[in-house]
Parts: sequence; structure tokens; C-alpha cells
Amino acid sequence: MRHLLRTPAGLAGTTLVGLMVILAIAGPPIWGAEAERIDPAVILQGASAAHPLGTDNLGRDILARVLVAGRLSLVLALLATLIGAIGGIVLGALPSVLPRRAARLVTGTVNALVAFPGLLLAMFTAVVAGLGARGAVLGIGVAIAPGFARLTQTLAASVSGADYVSAARMLGVPRRRIMARHVLPNIAEPLILNLTQALGGALLGLAGMSFLGLGVQPPSFDWGRLLFDGFGRIYSTPAVALGPAVAVALAGIGFNLLGDVLARAASRTAVPAGKAVPRAVSAPGALGEPDPEAVLEVRDLTVTFPGGVTPVRGLSLTVAPGEIVGLVGESGSGKSLTASAIGGLVPYPGEVSAARLRLCGTDLGELPEQERRKLLGTSLAMVFQDPMASLNPALRVGGQLAEVATVHQGASRAEARARAVDRLRHVRIPEPDRRARQHPHELSGGMRQRAVIAMGLMGTPRLIIADEPTTALDVTVQRQILRLLREVTGESGAATLFISHDIAVVGELCHRVVVMYAGRVVEELPVEKLASGAAHPYTRALVASLPDMDTDRSLPLASISGHQPSPAELGPGCAFAARCELATGRCAERPPLIPYGKAHQVACWEAS
Amino acid sequence: MAGTTRPPAGGRLLAGRVLPGRTRGAFVLRHLVRFVISLAVLLVASFAMIHLIPGDPVRASLGPAAPVELIAARRAALGLDQPLLSQLVSYVRNVLGGEFGTSFLSGEPVGEVIAARLPNTLVLALLATVVALLVAVPLGMWAGVRTENGRNRGTEATFTSATGAAVAVPEFLYSIALVTVFAIGLGWFPPAGRGGPESYVLPILALAIAPAAMIARISRVETLRELGTDYVRLARAKRLPAARLYVRHVLPNTLTATLTVGGLLLTSLIAGSVLVEYVFAWPGLGLRIVESITQKDYPVAQGVILVYGAIVLAVNLLVDLLLGVLDPTSALKES
Repeated sequence: MRHLLRTPAGLAGTTLVGLMVILAIAGPPIWGAEAERIDPAVILQGASAAHPLGTDNLGRDILARVLVAGRLSLVLALLATLIGAIGGIVLGALPSVLPRRAARLVTGTVNALVAFPGLLLAMFTAVVAGLGARGAVLGIGVAIAPGFARLTQTLAASVSGADYVSAARMLGVPRRRIMARHVLPNIAEPLILNLTQALGGALLGLAGMSFLGLGVQPPSFDWGRLLFDGFGRIYSTPAVALGPAVAVALAGIGFNLLGDVLARAASRTAVPAGKAVPRAVSAPGALGEPDPEAVLEVRDLTVTFPGGVTPVRGLSLTVAPGEIVGLVGESGSGKSLTASAIGGLVPYPGEVSAARLRLCGTDLGELPEQERRKLLGTSLAMVFQDPMASLNPALRVGGQLAEVATVHQGASRAEARARAVDRLRHVRIPEPDRRARQHPHELSGGMRQRAVIAMGLMGTPRLIIADEPTTALDVTVQRQILRLLREVTGESGAATLFISHDIAVVGELCHRVVVMYAGRVVEELPVEKLASGAAHPYTRALVASLPDMDTDRSLPLASISGHQPSPAELGPGCAFAARCELATGRCAERPPLIPYGKAHQVACWEAS
Repeated sequence: MAGTTRPPAGGRLLAGRVLPGRTRGAFVLRHLVRFVISLAVLLVASFAMIHLIPGDPVRASLGPAAPVELIAARRAALGLDQPLLSQLVSYVRNVLGGEFGTSFLSGEPVGEVIAARLPNTLVLALLATVVALLVAVPLGMWAGVRTENGRNRGTEATFTSATGAAVAVPEFLYSIALVTVFAIGLGWFPPAGRGGPESYVLPILALAIAPAAMIARISRVETLRELGTDYVRLARAKRLPAARLYVRHVLPNTLTATLTVGGLLLTSLIAGSVLVEYVFAWPGLGLRIVESITQKDYPVAQGVILVYGAIVLAVNLLVDLLLGVLDPTSALKES
């Protein structure tokens, strides 16, 4: 129950409901006499010192009456809720017990009734049961029941798939018994928690009925009835309606806020919030002069999340024009976040810092916002893993391409459209004119990935970041997309940063390979050296785990034992040491990334 | 129904598939059948209403002092002396012919009462729905964008508590508060009755606030879900201006769920209008049904409840069909 008080809404709800309960218990004994005392001398008065909310037509103090009426309002609401909850739970449980046809009838009735406004049901019942508190309580109870029936059905359906219910069914336990012994006890908690919300609804409903004159009748009075009495006088003395109105509003808000929190607690377990820890700013080392030729130059890129989790740590990377660089690593090595950081797309609350982040020879940090948007929008193309999800289902394919040109290049709609069709043709989409007018769901997966690449070609891309662009595709389609990427890179002179966990694909497509492990680059080498010249034990293990035609199929497939440490559990030493056969005492200290032959760098003590 | 190539506007739910025409026909037919059955049940229920009243409704209505001859005559006029089944048959026949009986009190035909009052109620409910949607959808989107991935926790807390509180206050309290402040206190709007455009402002506001808060919450949740999708990520990678990103890429995909709820809110608005009409003395059906129940004018109560129920069923049918067009998976799931 402690979590109730943690949020402001929960705190306010609990406080308000607590006050209501105290009022219901203590109100009548304390103010009961005052509320009933008739005083002909002060009939129908407005607010005064003696009567802060005025008096009614018999001279009774309205404030005292409001304080006393809390009990009846709450008790009636409780009664209506109980009637509704019991009726609803029975109605909701019936389909699990009845024969199929009868069960469908009950379900259908409940579904029809749920859609019916409660007040309408309540008025119907009130007509039949007669004016007065009894009719109103019955009516509101009837109005609440369908909601509870639906909830019971939903919850019961979610439980009835559970193993213990299946087991009981296999053992031939009768359905009635399954319902009573296995299902109901397991859904009792959410049902009880939802009572709070229903209670709030009942209280408001009853207040509404009484306010219309269809509920509590004199000489009894609840808040709704006091409002009914006061409403006729609001033109002359508005204060007399204020008391009951505020009481009803506070009660409604209190029960609703509390009910909200309870219902949410019933439907999910709390997610612990990470605590932000101040991030240690790493001292920039010797940066050297920026490379004017490079398309992309990154120095000491770090991505931090609250709680001190750092999935990318001190990554440096340079990509030359026309070059295809493969960024390889297991899931969780930080490769996709690296791509997001370069594109400026790291989601909140992630924080990106870098000693240098230059795209096309310009420092992104120094560029004014407007120019940065234009540079990133036209010079950087991104291709994501799932082409099914990368195109907006509500918009036509052509329009999604064309908007790049209209937004960043000032093209007219017709020009932009023509260019979009041209780009679609360029990536060899058949009938580009027709495809441009279609919605994404009318295109195949491979075609969509082509369309996404074409979208990147709308501007003048200098760098294409392809984040696992073929993982979600068929093998044959994969080949086509890879070929397309290679062609596009070759003809436009753009560079491609190709992110993949598939070292075979990387070996085939890329010129240079960057291997990441636990947020850091552990090796960077030309692709020719990948097969036999890799120096880092992790890279070698990755290559060795690849089966080829010569692999002895009688032996189990090679794999790397152990698992990659998560960003939160990284120590100061080499992150791979725990899985490394060559590890020594020295690996407790982290090896720096140092040159190892031509165009080759490695971070391992054993390699040098 | 549009041609089968019509794409779903909220197509996230059904990538690459379009509902075949036959399934769609069956879907529509099934909902129509269900609607007709519900109408029949409603008709029987409204007929049964008078018979479920304990004792004699005519005596209850006329009071214990009424002469025996008058009661007998009234009973005969209502057909209450006939066998139950033939009463039901003639009731159904009359209702289908637009005959709802005559008021105990005024002697007016109930059909005329309904025809005169219903438009006033519908206008109020429809305008309130439109106002609620126009305010709530942008508000919810704004809140969604501001609180994405749990940033601006202050905004999130304010938004959820404010909408939570706004949902919890019933429309009759809004009505009273608005009348007190803007009509009686400031004198900006008329306190009651239906007149020029200014007389619509307060009743519409009173009806729209709680539903608007509800829709804003849903709109925010939908927006948050959309912001997490790959295509919005890609649209962001394209560095589209914020307005274009949110209006063209995010908004259309949030509308399916939002409009579904909006449609269902319309039915609750029709019921809520009873209380609002009562406060504003609005000459709609709601005012009339309250009078008829308190004064035991059963034919009027019966007729008005029947009409309310039929409207609710019709709105539900429309929402279901619309959803089937917008989001074909809902049609598939049912079959």
C-alpha cells in the first residue's frame, strides 16, 4: 500500500477518500443535531458568520447538513456498488459454467449492456422501482453490473489459459469447481481494486439521480438532494449550492484518483525508475587535427543513460568517402546506439557526448540548428532493420520520399514527386509511378527496404547508416539489398556505415571492419585480414564460429562460451577477459586501442 | 464500402493485407443483425417497463383519490385490459408506425413531443463531441510529445492529475459551476434556455469537459506509442519540421483509437445531456424525461427511454462499422 502515497495523484486520492470516510463516521454524531434544528428566524438566508453556507427553507444550517449528508451519500454508493459488483461478477462468471449457447447469450447481453450509458439503465430501473433512494440504488447497481461482468470475463479469460487451470481441466475437474476454486480466487484482487473506481462512479451517479429529484426524497438528504434544494436558489444565493457541489466533486475526484492508481497497480507491476547519477566527463586526450577528407569523424563518443549505464564508451571512428565500413558486434554491444548517436537520434534520457563529431567536414556541435537539420536531413541517410516498420502506414510511399525534397531543398510538390519516382526507379522498383501512389502495406518487404534506401537518395547523401538492413529479409532479397547498397555507395561516392551482427555479410560487403564489444571498439582491420589476420581473441572467435563448406559437420558448431556483460556490470578491466582463453592478470587493466600493422588497430594485451 | 484496395488509415494494425470483400460483407451483415436483435430486445424492455411497475401504473399516476371510472377509462385507452401478448403486439405495431401513445398529463401524442425535443438534444450532444475532439486531440498530442520517454515528469504529473480530476467531475457540477460563474456572476452568457448562439456555449462546455479530458488521455497514450515506432524514427532522421512530423506522420495513426472512444463518448454524452438540460432548462428530451418520471407520466418516460436506447444502439453500430473500415483487423478478429 505504500506505493499509493508515492505519486501525487495517489496521495491526493488516498487523502480525499480518507477524509470522506472520517466524515461519514464522525459527521452525523457531531453535526446531526445542528443539521436538523429548525429555526424560523433565519429561513432561506445566504452566507453569514453564523451560517457560512446559508440556511434552507426551514432555517437549517446548510454546512451542517452537507457534513451530515456524507454518511448517507457514501452508504448508498456502497450499497449500489455491492449490488453491481455481486451481480456483475455472477453475470461475468456464468459463461464459464453454462452450456455454450446460453453462455453466448449471456456474453452478448453483457456486451450490449456495457455500451449502454449507466444513467439510462438507472432511470429505467428507477421508473420501475419507483422514486426514492431504493430505486436509485437499485438503478445505479444495475448500471454498474455490466462493467463488472465484462471485467470478470476478461480477467477469467486471462487466467483460464494458465497451466494450473489447464491441468485442472485435464484432470476432469468440473467447470463450476474450476471457476470457484481456481479462477475466482486468482482474479479477486483486481476485482476488489476496481471496486474503488466503481464506488466513485456510484457516488456520482446517485448524486446525479438525487439532483434530478429521482433519488433520495425528503426528509432524508444526501449531497445530491441538497444540491437539488440549493439549485433553485443559485440566482439569489449561489453559496447554498456551493457546499454540496464541492463535496460531490471532491468525493468524485478522490475515488477516481485512488481508483486509477489501484486499478493500474492491479494491471501491472511497478517499474523501478532509474536514478540519475552525475556522469564523469572524460578528459579529452590528444585529438589531433580533424581529417578534412573524412565523411565521418568521431572521437570519444560516449552515450550515457541515467543510473550510470554507459552502453557506448569512448568510441572513435573515421569513415572516408566511398568506403563501406562494417560495424560488428553482438546484440547489446552498442553498435545501434552508435548509429543513433551519429544521427542525433538517441532517445531521451540518453546523453551523448563526444570530443569530436564531424560530418562532411563540419563539426555538428558548432553548426546552427537550422543548418544542422538541413545537413543531417540531406547528407545522412538512415536505413533501419525492419522495412515493415520503417514506412508510415498512413502515408503514400511517394509522399514520404518527396517530403525530403520539399522540406530541405525547396522543391515544388511536382518536382519532388518526379524526383521521388525517379529515385524509386533508380533502386529498381518496377512501375515506380504506380508504387509511389501506393501505401506501404501494398509493397513487399524487399521493395519497402528499397524504398527506404531511395528515400535516403532523395538528398545528396554523403553517409548512409544502414542498421541491420537485411536481418528481417529473406536470404535472396538480402543479396539484392546488399548489391544495391554497394552500387549506391559506388556511384554516389557516399560512404556507408553498415551495422550488423553477421560477420559473414560484413566480410562480403565491407572494405573495413570495426568490431565492438561491450560499448568499445576492440579491433579495427581491413576486410582482407578478417579471415586469417585478426588479432583480437574476440574477433577470432567470431570468425571461427562461422561455419563454411569445410566445417566438419560431425563436430558441434563453434561458439563463444559465456555472455557479454551488460553496460551496468562492466568493471575497469578488459570486458572480454571473462570469456577469453588468453586472459592473464594484466587484463584487469583495460588495454588501449593501439596500432597493429597497417590500417589495423587492436585493444588486447596479448596481441602486441 | 469503398473498393477493396482502400488502405486502412490506421494501417499499422494490418500490414500488407486488405480485407476481402466477402469477409467485409459478412462483417457488416453480422453487425446489422446484431443491431436489429438489440432493437427488438429494447422494444420488449420498454414495453415491459410499464408492466414491471408494482401495482397499477394508472392508479399510481392518477393518485388514490381518482374516481374508479376515470381509472377504468384510462386503462382501456392504454389497452391495459387486453391480454399481455396482444398488448405487446399492438405496442410494437404502434411504435413501428410512429405511435408512442399519449401523455397522461398533457394529452399530447408522445411522438410529437419526441419530434419537437429530440433535435435540441442531438445538436447539443454532437456539438459537444466535436468541441471535445478538437480540443482534446491536439492537447493529448502535445502532452505525448512533451512527455516522451518519461521526460518532463512535471508535465506528465500535471497532465494525468488534471485530466484525472476533470474526468471525475460529473457534468451537472460543471453546469452549476459554469452557470454560477459565467451567467450569474459575470453575466456573459444566458443562464438558461435556448436562444441565440451564446446560449449554446455553457451547455456545450459543461458536456464537453469530462469527455475532452478522457480523449486527451487516450490521445497522449496513442501519441507515445507512435513516437516509438521505426517510421517516426526515420521521419526524425529526415529532420522534418516538427509540425509536419506530428501532423502528417503521427496524427493519422493515432486517430483510429481516439475516434473509437470519441464515438462511444457520444452515447454517454446523450445520457449526460439529461443532467445538463435540467440545469440549463434546455428544451430537449432530457428535461422532459425527468419531468415525466417525477410526475409518473409513464407513456412519455417509456417513449423517451426507447428513443434514447435506439440512439445509443445506432451510434454503437456506426462506430463498429467505421472501425471495421478504418481498421480491418477488428473485423477479422471477430470472425
